[in-house]
Amino acid sequence: MTAAIEVRGLRRVFRVRQGLFAPPRQVVAVDGVSFAVPAGSVLGVVGESGCGKSTLARLILGLLPPTEGEVLVDGRRLSEMDRRARARLIQPVFQDPFASLNPRRRVKDIVAMPLVAQGSVPAAEAARRVAEMLERVGLSQEQGERFPAQLSGGQRQRVAIARALVLRPRIVVCDEPTSALDVSVQAQILNLLAELRRDLGLTYLFISHNLAVVEHVASEVAVMYLGRIVERNESEALFRAPAHPYTRALLASVLTPEPGLGVPDVGLGDTLPDPANIPPGCRFHPRCPQAFGRCPAEAPAAWPAAGGGFAECHLLDPAAPGAAPREALRQEA
Amino acid sequence: MSLLEVRGLRVTFGGRTAAVRGASLSVEKGETHCLVGESGCGKSVTALAVMNLLARGARREAEALSFAGQDLRHLSDREMSRLRGDRMAMIFQEPMTSLNPAYTIGSQMTEVLRRHRGAPRARAAERAAELLARVGITAPGMRLGQYPHQLSGGLRQRVMIAMALMCDPELLVADEPTTALDVTVQAQILRLLAGLQRDLGLGILLITHDLGIVARVADRVSVMYAGEVVESAPTAQLFAAPRHPYTRGLLRCVPVPGKVRRDEPLGSIPGVVPRIPPGFRGCAFRDRCPHAAPACAEAVPRQEAGPGHEFLCTLPPDWALRERAA
Repeated sequence: MTAAIEVRGLRRVFRVRQGLFAPPRQVVAVDGVSFAVPAGSVLGVVGESGCGKSTLARLILGLLPPTEGEVLVDGRRLSEMDRRARARLIQPVFQDPFASLNPRRRVKDIVAMPLVAQGSVPAAEAARRVAEMLERVGLSQEQGERFPAQLSGGQRQRVAIARALVLRPRIVVCDEPTSALDVSVQAQILNLLAELRRDLGLTYLFISHNLAVVEHVASEVAVMYLGRIVERNESEALFRAPAHPYTRALLASVLTPEPGLGVPDVGLGDTLPDPANIPPGCRFHPRCPQAFGRCPAEAPAAWPAAGGGFAECHLLDPAAPGAAPREALRQEA
Repeated sequence: MSLLEVRGLRVTFGGRTAAVRGASLSVEKGETHCLVGESGCGKSVTALAVMNLLARGARREAEALSFAGQDLRHLSDREMSRLRGDRMAMIFQEPMTSLNPAYTIGSQMTEVLRRHRGAPRARAAERAAELLARVGITAPGMRLGQYPHQLSGGLRQRVMIAMALMCDPELLVADEPTTALDVTVQAQILRLLAGLQRDLGLGILLITHDLGIVARVADRVSVMYAGEVVESAPTAQLFAAPRHPYTRGLLRCVPVPGKVRRDEPLGSIPGVVPRIPPGFRGCAFRDRCPHAAPACAEAVPRQEAGPGHEFLCTLPPDWALRERAA
């Protein structure tokens, strides 16, 4: 079966000018990323700001050309498709529904835009599909006549979802779709996305900094750090037995609503990741509480983790002297 | 005597929008009181009203508003600004907008002490460096000479906290101090605040929308909805036995790893937060409430559900127990 999204050796470099006379610096936002997302599943991508998760989303949507590597959507090369064909296959839902909706257009016209851009859908057919889509995402016909400013944040995000789905794409890239919303509204939108995926057989790439949300929606999770996927695994295995020290730190910093537990010490220190200045060897070693001699010297290979995934960490190398007990691997054995 | 006592606080903007409608809360010395609610519920306006930092055109009324026994209602702007930054300090969500980009960290930090205490420049700089080290910033001497844009978001928020501590305040009002930060940095900043509170006996009024933060740092919680405190309780009590239907709905909305199965719908509250016109009567939540009854359109009683546990609802205090039994 062909994967809905397949990414091979993806790399994207930005040149950033520091000052008028300073030479431009290179920022490697995405560095050697490969994965495949089976049709009908949800790949969650997590990581801190600046880890390259939004750049990855833009590369997969074809909004940015990769420096190296390629993106295949539904088995076809993204770079060989024209914009209309791409739009019929893959659509985005972004974080801020206010910034991504034209304030001067009515909701029904915003949702109709992708159909109009295709140029081949008759007006009556387009109007029918817009009405059907609005109803599908829980908006009334009357709300379709309004302007984005007259809607609440949650309703605006419903508009963005309706616009993404009106061409009946196979794949939706959701980049922080609920981060700007209140919790009660976030729950409504997450439930809607889950329902639409089931009913329409969609595949999601779901990007979020909120691990609790990702745990709830994703079937598989990729953890990004400074442009690389440092751990990827089936969602349940990753949350039960995180193999990479960075994943463990991320999970430890999630504050669940359980009183009496206090605020955990994540043990990452004060050094912050800088994508313009990626450390040699393992890129996480300056913040890693378990770093040892080999970490600054040599980039770690992808070692298998329990549950069928992998983690890029020297601690998982069975031959590494002094490596910590590998509970994750033992469980599988 | 409470460190901060707010009773029956009302804030209106231009007579058309009632942002805060009779909110009451108190902060004790050495206590963290979390004010939690969704956007537009009036939690930030409450904080600004306490600090007397409301925008022009806002009207503030209160039955009581006192800090360490001192009535804040009739203080002049001058007297209030003497208190602000000195005995009561505030930190905001986005440190970049509250730090002046044109001045160094050092000059902004020392200004506080020079202005309130008339401290000499050298002593103020010494104190600033000491506090930067206290909030976990390495090489504080170097940081003092830097500008805000040269620091990361987490560092800027640490600088804001250090600056708020310059005059040894008794009360710290923190409005969403970690919302703009990554989760890993958020945990570090919250640990820092907890440590400072323990060491300095600070009273903290923490405003947040995040129930995870509330559970982990608060001693007491007040839940705000549409300008009213609808429920207030000690933290453990609020999470174990919430009484107000809004609090209960809110708690069910939060995805908790391991609690709700994947693909099972999360609880959610239908509808949106209403806009409340002045003169509104009854419960503001009634349009979204699964238990709404005709009585909810009349005056709603404030009821006691246990020691220090109050809620604003027409349902009897033991309704949840009875519902479970039925």
